[in-house]
Amino acid sequence: MKVLFIALGLSLSLSLSLLAQAKVAPNSSADPALEARVMVIAEELRCLVCQNETIAASHADLAVDLKNQIRIKLTQGQSQKQILDFMVERYGDFVLYRPPLKPTTVLLWVGPFVLLGIAVLMLVLNVRRRRRGAQPPAMSDEDHAKARALLDTPTHN
Amino acid sequence: MTSTTFKRFLPLGIFIVLVGFLAIGLTLNPREVPSPLINKPVPQFKLTVLGAPDQAIATQDMLGKVWLLNVWASWCAACRIEHPVLVELAKTNQVAIYGLNYKDKSPAAIAWLVNFGNPYVQSLVDADGLVGIDLGVYGVPETFVVDKQGVIRYKQIGPVTPEALRDTILPLVKELSAS
Repeated sequence: MKVLFIALGLSLSLSLSLLAQAKVAPNSSADPALEARVMVIAEELRCLVCQNETIAASHADLAVDLKNQIRIKLTQGQSQKQILDFMVERYGDFVLYRPPLKPTTVLLWVGPFVLLGIAVLMLVLNVRRRRRGAQPPAMSDEDHAKARALLDTPTHN
Repeated sequence: MTSTTFKRFLPLGIFIVLVGFLAIGLTLNPREVPSPLINKPVPQFKLTVLGAPDQAIATQDMLGKVWLLNVWASWCAACRIEHPVLVELAKTNQVAIYGLNYKDKSPAAIAWLVNFGNPYVQSLVDADGLVGIDLGVYGVPETFVVDKQGVIRYKQIGPVTPEALRDTILPLVKELSAS
């Protein structure tokens, strides 16, 4: 019984999320294959009105217009690269969700790895130093004798 | 400085650098995306004139003068804020202002100009927003400064403020008009 409820709940939430997705990306063309290609390209483009969304996910007027442009250009036989170039010419590199590797974006691409490298370096140095610190300090014969004397002294309870 | 005091102040130093970066970040406006159209020719267009559907203006008609292209719409709230600034500017006759009536209904646009004043030499009708896309418009209002050769020299994203006009746009217009 419990299993059945869980299964029901899962399928309900799944279908709800599918519904929500369907709402986000309305299928406005009669040709599903074309629409799929439109969405592939739309996923690559940033909506400049709502900057953390792709134009595939966005409801903004401009996003709808740009999706229409993609649809028209695909039916004209343009390639994905041609369409992305069209967008970059007008809106700049920022319109691309995956920024290109250029001199101005090198820091963006390698910055996280540089930080990671620094962190790993610091970790290694720290571990090494600790390991060295954990080794017993060098003791002279005199020190040994002192320790022996201390250990041999009867304890006072 | 000894190594221990260096170590003690290292986190503070990193923190101050971080605060510095964040402070600079706060002063930047993420909505202002630099336009790739700066120093490029105005896109080719031929659009009908608002209120005179039998007239049309094309890009090449504008050659030989410095002009402003102001993208506006009657549905655009920020355009209301900007509008008095443009009306005042038009009165001074320093530069020709052309409007691009973006994705608007012409009757509403005409009524808007009657209500709030018309600073434009002409407004061009871009009902489907295609010229807007060619211009990389994403946040109305936007204003372009175009030189005598038809090259875009500056883009103001968002309302034209009196400060932007005084400090950036008018000096640029003056410089471009003189050349």
